[in-house]
Amino acid sequence: MIKSEGILTHSISDRRMTIRLSGEIDHHSALSLRGAADELIYRHRPASVALDLSGIEFMDSSGLGFIMGRYALLKKLGGEIVLLDPNERVEKIISLAGLERIISIERTEKK
Amino acid sequence: MRKKDMTGSIKNTMKLVLPSLSVNESMARAAVAAFCSQLDPASTELADIKCAVSEAVTNCTVHAYRDRVGLIYITVSLSSDGYAKIEIRDRGCGIEDVKQALQPLYTTDAESERSGLGFTVMESFCDKVKVRSKMGVGTTVTLIKRFGGRKTDA
Repeated sequence: MIKSEGILTHSISDRRMTIRLSGEIDHHSALSLRGAADELIYRHRPASVALDLSGIEFMDSSGLGFIMGRYALLKKLGGEIVLLDPNERVEKIISLAGLERIISIERTEKK
Repeated sequence: MRKKDMTGSIKNTMKLVLPSLSVNESMARAAVAAFCSQLDPASTELADIKCAVSEAVTNCTVHAYRDRVGLIYITVSLSSDGYAKIEIRDRGCGIEDVKQALQPLYTTDAESERSGLGFTVMESFCDKVKVRSKMGVGTTVTLIKRFGGRKTDA
Protein backbone atom coordinates (compact mmCIF):
# COMPACT_ATOMS: atom_id res chain seq x y z
CA MET A 1 0.00 0.00 0.00
CA ILE A 2 1.39 3.34 -1.01
CA LYS A 3 0.37 6.10 1.30
CA SER A 4 0.75 9.80 0.93
CA GLU A 5 0.63 10.93 4.44
CA GLY A 6 1.86 14.08 5.98
CA ILE A 7 1.99 13.97 9.73
CA LEU A 8 1.87 17.00 11.97
CA THR A 9 2.76 17.11 15.65
CA HIS A 10 3.40 20.10 17.85
CA SER A 11 4.85 21.28 21.14
CA ILE A 12 4.81 24.65 22.88
CA SER A 13 7.37 26.16 25.16
CA ASP A 14 7.20 29.75 26.32
CA ARG A 15 5.07 31.06 23.40
CA ARG A 16 7.30 29.37 20.88
CA MET A 17 5.47 26.63 19.06
CA THR A 18 7.26 23.87 17.24
CA ILE A 19 5.26 22.26 14.45
CA ARG A 20 6.89 19.10 13.20
CA LEU A 21 6.06 17.89 9.73
CA SER A 22 6.92 14.39 8.69
CA GLY A 23 6.11 11.92 5.94
CA GLU A 24 5.21 13.05 2.44
CA ILE A 25 4.16 16.64 1.79
CA ASP A 26 2.37 16.98 -1.53
CA HIS A 27 -0.80 18.65 -2.77
CA HIS A 28 -2.92 15.83 -1.33
CA SER A 29 -1.46 15.86 2.17
CA ALA A 30 -0.90 19.64 2.34
CA LEU A 31 -4.65 20.26 2.38
CA SER A 32 -5.23 18.63 5.77
CA LEU A 33 -1.89 19.83 7.17
CA ARG A 34 -2.89 23.42 6.44
CA GLY A 35 -6.09 23.07 8.43
CA ALA A 36 -4.32 21.42 11.35
CA ALA A 37 -1.49 23.97 11.48
CA ASP A 38 -3.78 26.98 11.24
CA GLU A 39 -6.04 25.64 13.94
CA LEU A 40 -3.05 25.34 16.29
CA ILE A 41 -1.77 28.79 15.43
CA TYR A 42 -5.15 30.46 15.96
CA ARG A 43 -5.74 28.60 19.20
CA HIS A 44 -2.35 29.28 20.82
CA ARG A 45 -1.32 32.54 19.13
CA PRO A 46 2.41 31.80 19.48
CA ALA A 47 4.94 34.62 19.24
CA SER A 48 7.00 32.38 17.01
CA VAL A 49 6.62 29.13 15.16
CA ALA A 50 9.45 26.78 14.32
CA LEU A 51 8.51 24.50 11.44
CA ASP A 52 10.55 21.38 12.02
CA LEU A 53 11.14 19.86 8.58
CA SER A 54 13.60 17.15 9.63
CA GLY A 55 11.14 14.27 9.32
CA ILE A 56 10.00 15.01 5.77
CA GLU A 57 10.55 12.10 3.39
CA PHE A 58 9.17 13.79 0.29
CA MET A 59 8.19 17.35 -0.54
CA ASP A 60 7.25 19.06 -3.79
CA SER A 61 6.18 22.63 -4.53
CA SER A 62 2.94 22.09 -2.58
CA GLY A 63 5.18 22.07 0.51
CA LEU A 64 6.49 25.47 -0.52
CA GLY A 65 2.89 26.67 -0.74
CA PHE A 66 2.34 25.34 2.77
CA ILE A 67 5.41 27.14 4.17
CA MET A 68 4.56 30.40 2.36
CA GLY A 69 0.96 30.23 3.60
CA ARG A 70 2.01 29.80 7.25
CA TYR A 71 4.57 32.59 6.83
CA ALA A 72 1.81 34.90 5.59
CA LEU A 73 -0.52 33.92 8.44
CA LEU A 74 2.11 34.47 11.14
CA LYS A 75 3.00 37.80 9.60
CA LYS A 76 -0.65 38.83 9.71
CA LEU A 77 -0.90 37.82 13.37
CA GLY A 78 2.32 39.58 14.30
CA GLY A 79 4.37 36.45 14.88
CA GLU A 80 7.39 35.05 13.16
CA ILE A 81 8.36 31.75 11.62
CA VAL A 82 11.62 29.87 11.24
CA LEU A 83 12.40 26.61 9.43
CA LEU A 84 14.17 23.90 11.38
CA ASP A 85 16.54 21.25 10.02
CA PRO A 86 15.46 20.78 6.40
CA ASN A 87 17.18 17.78 4.80
CA GLU A 88 19.16 18.16 1.60
CA ARG A 89 16.17 17.46 -0.68
CA VAL A 90 13.87 19.88 1.12
CA GLU A 91 16.57 22.53 1.13
CA LYS A 92 16.98 22.15 -2.63
CA ILE A 93 13.30 22.95 -3.16
CA ILE A 94 13.36 25.79 -0.62
CA SER A 95 16.26 27.43 -2.42
CA LEU A 96 14.51 27.07 -5.80
CA ALA A 97 11.85 29.37 -4.39
CA GLY A 98 14.39 31.62 -2.67
CA LEU A 99 12.49 31.14 0.59
CA GLU A 100 15.70 31.32 2.62
CA ARG A 101 15.84 35.01 1.77
CA ILE A 102 12.60 35.73 3.67
CA ILE A 103 12.46 32.95 6.27
CA SER A 104 15.46 32.02 8.39
CA ILE A 105 16.62 28.44 8.58
CA GLU A 106 17.86 27.09 11.90
CA ARG A 107 19.88 23.97 12.39
CA THR A 108 20.15 22.02 15.60
CA GLU A 109 23.31 20.04 16.13
CA LYS A 110 22.07 16.49 16.24
CA LYS A 111 24.84 14.71 14.45
CA MET B 1 28.08 19.02 -22.38
CA ARG B 2 25.93 15.94 -22.42
CA LYS B 3 23.00 15.73 -24.80
CA LYS B 4 19.59 16.50 -23.38
CA ASP B 5 17.43 14.21 -25.44
CA MET B 6 17.20 10.48 -25.72
CA THR B 7 18.58 8.97 -28.91
CA GLY B 8 19.20 5.36 -27.89
CA SER B 9 16.77 2.55 -28.63
CA ILE B 10 13.82 2.00 -26.29
CA LYS B 11 14.40 -0.98 -24.07
CA ASN B 12 11.30 -0.90 -21.90
CA THR B 13 8.02 1.00 -21.60
CA MET B 14 5.21 1.34 -19.09
CA LYS B 15 1.75 2.83 -19.42
CA LEU B 16 -0.31 3.93 -16.49
CA VAL B 17 -3.82 5.42 -16.49
CA LEU B 18 -5.14 6.99 -13.31
CA PRO B 19 -8.12 9.15 -12.37
CA SER B 20 -7.12 12.65 -11.29
CA LEU B 21 -7.72 12.11 -7.60
CA SER B 22 -5.19 13.83 -5.37
CA VAL B 23 -4.57 10.57 -3.52
CA ASN B 24 -3.06 9.24 -6.78
CA GLU B 25 -0.26 11.83 -6.81
CA SER B 26 1.88 9.65 -4.54
CA MET B 27 0.92 6.50 -6.42
CA ALA B 28 1.99 8.02 -9.75
CA ARG B 29 5.39 9.26 -8.58
CA ALA B 30 6.15 6.02 -6.72
CA ALA B 31 5.21 3.86 -9.73
CA VAL B 32 7.28 5.92 -12.18
CA ALA B 33 10.27 5.94 -9.82
CA ALA B 34 10.01 2.17 -9.30
CA PHE B 35 9.98 1.60 -13.07
CA CYS B 36 12.91 3.98 -13.64
CA SER B 37 15.00 2.18 -11.05
CA GLN B 38 15.80 -0.42 -13.75
CA LEU B 39 18.26 2.12 -15.14
CA ASP B 40 20.15 1.98 -11.83
CA PRO B 41 19.80 5.69 -11.07
CA ALA B 42 21.48 7.49 -8.20
CA SER B 43 19.18 8.11 -5.24
CA THR B 44 19.23 11.85 -5.93
CA GLU B 45 18.23 11.26 -9.56
CA LEU B 46 15.32 9.11 -8.47
CA ALA B 47 14.24 11.78 -5.98
CA ASP B 48 14.39 14.37 -8.78
CA ILE B 49 12.11 12.26 -10.99
CA LYS B 50 9.66 11.65 -8.15
CA CYS B 51 9.36 15.35 -7.52
CA ALA B 52 9.01 16.31 -11.20
CA VAL B 53 6.31 13.66 -11.77
CA SER B 54 4.48 14.79 -8.65
CA GLU B 55 4.37 18.35 -10.02
CA ALA B 56 3.06 17.29 -13.43
CA VAL B 57 0.39 15.00 -11.96
CA THR B 58 -0.67 17.66 -9.44
CA ASN B 59 -1.13 20.08 -12.36
CA CYS B 60 -3.59 17.58 -13.91
CA THR B 61 -5.52 17.33 -10.63
CA VAL B 62 -5.52 21.01 -9.77
CA HIS B 63 -5.63 22.73 -13.17
CA ALA B 64 -6.46 20.44 -16.11
CA TYR B 65 -9.40 18.79 -14.38
CA ARG B 66 -10.18 21.60 -11.97
CA ASP B 67 -13.89 20.93 -11.63
CA ARG B 68 -14.12 17.24 -12.47
CA VAL B 69 -12.19 14.01 -12.25
CA GLY B 70 -10.61 12.94 -15.53
CA LEU B 71 -7.99 10.45 -16.59
CA ILE B 72 -4.24 11.02 -16.46
CA TYR B 73 -2.21 9.01 -18.99
CA ILE B 74 1.41 8.36 -18.07
CA THR B 75 3.87 6.70 -20.44
CA VAL B 76 7.44 5.96 -19.37
CA SER B 77 10.07 4.89 -21.90
CA LEU B 78 13.55 3.82 -20.87
CA SER B 79 16.32 3.89 -23.45
CA SER B 80 19.45 1.80 -23.81
CA ASP B 81 21.59 4.90 -23.24
CA GLY B 82 20.19 5.61 -19.78
CA TYR B 83 17.39 8.06 -20.54
CA ALA B 84 13.91 8.08 -19.10
CA LYS B 85 11.18 9.84 -21.06
CA ILE B 86 7.99 10.40 -19.08
CA GLU B 87 4.88 11.68 -20.79
CA ILE B 88 2.06 12.92 -18.59
CA ARG B 89 -1.06 13.63 -20.63
CA ASP B 90 -4.51 14.84 -19.74
CA ARG B 91 -7.68 15.62 -21.65
CA GLY B 92 -8.47 18.61 -19.50
CA CYS B 93 -9.03 22.29 -20.12
CA GLY B 94 -5.66 23.07 -21.70
CA ILE B 95 -3.29 25.97 -21.02
CA GLU B 96 -4.11 29.24 -22.74
CA ASP B 97 -0.58 30.63 -22.67
CA VAL B 98 2.11 27.99 -22.13
CA LYS B 99 4.91 30.55 -22.05
CA GLN B 100 3.20 32.39 -19.21
CA ALA B 101 2.43 29.16 -17.34
CA LEU B 102 6.14 28.32 -17.39
CA GLN B 103 7.07 31.58 -15.65
CA PRO B 104 8.28 31.05 -12.07
CA LEU B 105 5.67 32.05 -9.47
CA TYR B 106 2.89 32.32 -12.07
CA THR B 107 -0.28 30.68 -10.80
CA THR B 108 -3.96 30.89 -11.63
CA ASP B 109 -4.85 29.58 -8.19
CA ALA B 110 -3.13 31.71 -5.53
CA GLU B 111 -5.98 31.27 -3.06
CA SER B 112 -5.29 27.56 -2.69
CA GLU B 113 -1.66 28.29 -1.82
CA ARG B 114 -0.23 27.12 -5.11
CA SER B 115 3.35 28.35 -5.15
CA GLY B 116 3.51 28.77 -8.93
CA LEU B 117 6.75 26.79 -8.99
CA GLY B 118 5.61 23.47 -10.45
CA PHE B 119 7.22 23.93 -13.85
CA THR B 120 10.30 25.51 -12.25
CA VAL B 121 10.76 22.33 -10.19
CA MET B 122 10.27 20.13 -13.29
CA GLU B 123 12.79 22.17 -15.27
CA SER B 124 15.32 22.16 -12.44
CA PHE B 125 15.08 18.44 -11.79
CA CYS B 126 14.98 17.16 -15.39
CA ASP B 127 17.27 17.58 -18.38
CA LYS B 128 14.43 18.68 -20.61
CA VAL B 129 10.75 19.59 -20.20
CA LYS B 130 8.35 19.95 -23.13
CA VAL B 131 4.79 21.22 -22.84
CA ARG B 132 2.20 20.88 -25.59
CA SER B 133 -1.29 22.15 -24.92
CA LYS B 134 -4.47 22.97 -26.73
CA MET B 135 -7.44 24.70 -25.16
CA GLY B 136 -10.31 22.31 -24.61
CA VAL B 137 -8.26 19.33 -25.77
CA GLY B 138 -5.61 18.82 -23.11
CA THR B 139 -1.97 19.05 -22.20
CA THR B 140 1.02 16.77 -22.57
CA VAL B 141 4.08 17.35 -20.41
CA THR B 142 7.20 15.42 -21.41
CA LEU B 143 10.00 15.05 -18.91
CA ILE B 144 13.37 13.75 -20.05
CA LYS B 145 16.10 12.79 -17.66
CA ARG B 146 19.34 10.95 -18.13
CA PHE B 147 20.46 8.76 -15.28
CA GLY B 148 24.17 8.80 -14.72
CA GLY B 149 23.79 5.96 -12.26
CA ARG B 150 25.23 5.40 -8.85
CA LYS B 151 28.76 5.92 -10.08
CA THR B 152 27.98 9.59 -10.59
CA ASP B 153 26.12 9.94 -7.28
CA ALA B 154 27.41 13.11 -5.71
